[in-house]
Amino acid sequence: MIMNDKPLIHTSNKAELNRIKEKFIEIFFRLNGLFAAILILLIFFFLIREALNVFMLINPFEFISINLKSEAVYEWYPTSDPARYSIVPLLIGSFLTAVPATIISTFFGVVLGVYLSEIASTGVREFLKPIIEVFAGIPTVVVGFFMLVVAATLIQDTINPPSRLNAFLASLGLSIIVIPIIASLTDEALKSIPNDIRMAAYSLGASKWQTISKVIFPTALSGVSASVILGFGRAIGETMIVLMASGNAAIITVDIFSSVRTISATIAAEMGEVSVNSAHYFSLFFIGLILFAVTLLMNLLAELFLNKMKKRFHLY
Amino acid sequence: MKNAAEILKPNHTGEFKKNFTGNIPILGIRIISYTVVLLLASVLMYIFANGIKVINWEFLLSAPRNNMTEGGIGPAVFGTLAVIFLMIVITVPLGIFAAVYINEYIKDRWLARIITISINTLAGVPSIVIGLFGLGFFVLFVGKNLDEVFNTGMLLGKPAMLWASATLGVLVLPLIIVTTVEALKSVPDIQRYAAISLGSTRWEMIKTIVLPQARSGILTGIILSISRAAGETAPLLFLGCAFFLPDLPVTYLDLGLFAIPMINPAEQFMYLSYHIFVLTTQSTNPTLTKPLQYGTATVLVFLTLLLNMTAIIYRIKFRKNLEGLRGY
Repeated sequence: MIMNDKPLIHTSNKAELNRIKEKFIEIFFRLNGLFAAILILLIFFFLIREALNVFMLINPFEFISINLKSEAVYEWYPTSDPARYSIVPLLIGSFLTAVPATIISTFFGVVLGVYLSEIASTGVREFLKPIIEVFAGIPTVVVGFFMLVVAATLIQDTINPPSRLNAFLASLGLSIIVIPIIASLTDEALKSIPNDIRMAAYSLGASKWQTISKVIFPTALSGVSASVILGFGRAIGETMIVLMASGNAAIITVDIFSSVRTISATIAAEMGEVSVNSAHYFSLFFIGLILFAVTLLMNLLAELFLNKMKKRFHLY
Repeated sequence: MKNAAEILKPNHTGEFKKNFTGNIPILGIRIISYTVVLLLASVLMYIFANGIKVINWEFLLSAPRNNMTEGGIGPAVFGTLAVIFLMIVITVPLGIFAAVYINEYIKDRWLARIITISINTLAGVPSIVIGLFGLGFFVLFVGKNLDEVFNTGMLLGKPAMLWASATLGVLVLPLIIVTTVEALKSVPDIQRYAAISLGSTRWEMIKTIVLPQARSGILTGIILSISRAAGETAPLLFLGCAFFLPDLPVTYLDLGLFAIPMINPAEQFMYLSYHIFVLTTQSTNPTLTKPLQYGTATVLVFLTLLLNMTAIIYRIKFRKNLEGLRGY
């Protein structure tokens, strides 16, 4: 008989050591997770704090207009004397580039998304989908470069707008990156519809177009809306394309062919030369916060639409 | 009253209507889609066609000459690689560890929700706003205070490579976390239970079962974040990007017998995307530098395309792997 002097259940130091090691590893991962979360919260708090500092130096109403010689002036000239901080021309500039870009991109992006999801054969889809995703990842500075060097001349020769660089040119440039985004998200929204619904429509005798226009598209409308909203959020936050193609003149206009200046381009152009902790410095943080709030609102809205769609499909 | 034959006879107007409303819109969608893809592709083709002419080893490696109207993009390539290297060192471990915590350790669902929501929110913040944060927080707050603590004058409290990398890191952090969490999620729970039931601890289970299977998924996220960082310009505009630097941002670590060259993170740097921007908008002679502009744009686009394609290939491989695992 073999005598084993070791105990049957082994509770050595090694097990104890293992448990401590496990604990340390867990704490290590937790620290990383919490650090990431704190970093993110820090960004929000820091932006808000810096932005609100501006009100110690500037009257809030000055962000709308300033009275010079008993006349309301809506201008953004932080370096002039007295400094003018009206954000009205910047807001107009941002919307005058982002809204047309969204309209153009919605049409082409949704059409392309419908094609990818409903019409293209599997082979074509597998080929095109990665290509379109790659388009969405083109560096924006390259798009800005293309608009400035090639498209600007083209537009000048054909339409001949009053200024060579204008809001229209910028919105065309924005479309180059927003179309792939909307197309890709629309495709995903349409693909998320169960195939049973398509089959039901076909079995009732509907043609392909009838199925798409009367059944699939209306069902996925919230998802498509979400993709358009996200596209708009991307367009309004985009910097390099508008910085290079919009002409950067801070004027109040509704003419799409005039030069405009957006919020993002203003931050990009002025942050490098501003003196720290001046009213100008804080005001740039303030318009940054506005931009942040707008994009945040868009993301929340898109989330809402997507949830609506998801909820609908729990019914099936 | 109609007889059966009449009812069964094909209704020509209806047929026509169905065909008309059936085929024309579909054809229209096809034509528009092809046109859009061709137009988008032609933008890239145009840049490639003009840029490929100037690209050779000398262009890629030599420094700009003659007031930036001649020469190459060597320092910009070096700066891009250096910044991205630093960014990976700073962010990738943090992102992956955070994702492991979120997916494998968190028990409090409420906490997981808060973290996920804030990460998703961060992902939607425009890059220029992240740049504002980088300048205000990293440079003017962290850098200035470090200078005061270590008494280093203006070493860290100015825009420099370190802060540019950190800011880009913040920018891509959500991307890394989200892709890693997705990769971890795709590992079937059954395998986790199997590992635990065989007596492995949680960390052993993560180390030997979960992470190896999620590897290609995690790699996809890293590659995508590199591509995103390489193409980004806006936050770098005021974070130490230089118009032109005569010397590379390199310092020599003196070890007595010999010196090791290493990146100097407290220096300014040149960056490919920023280089395109200054060549087109701030050059003394934009027409003379046009070949350089096209060349630089081609290099940058090629770099991002290559990275994105690699990521896509990895993703396909990753999915195939999982399908093999699940058995369908």
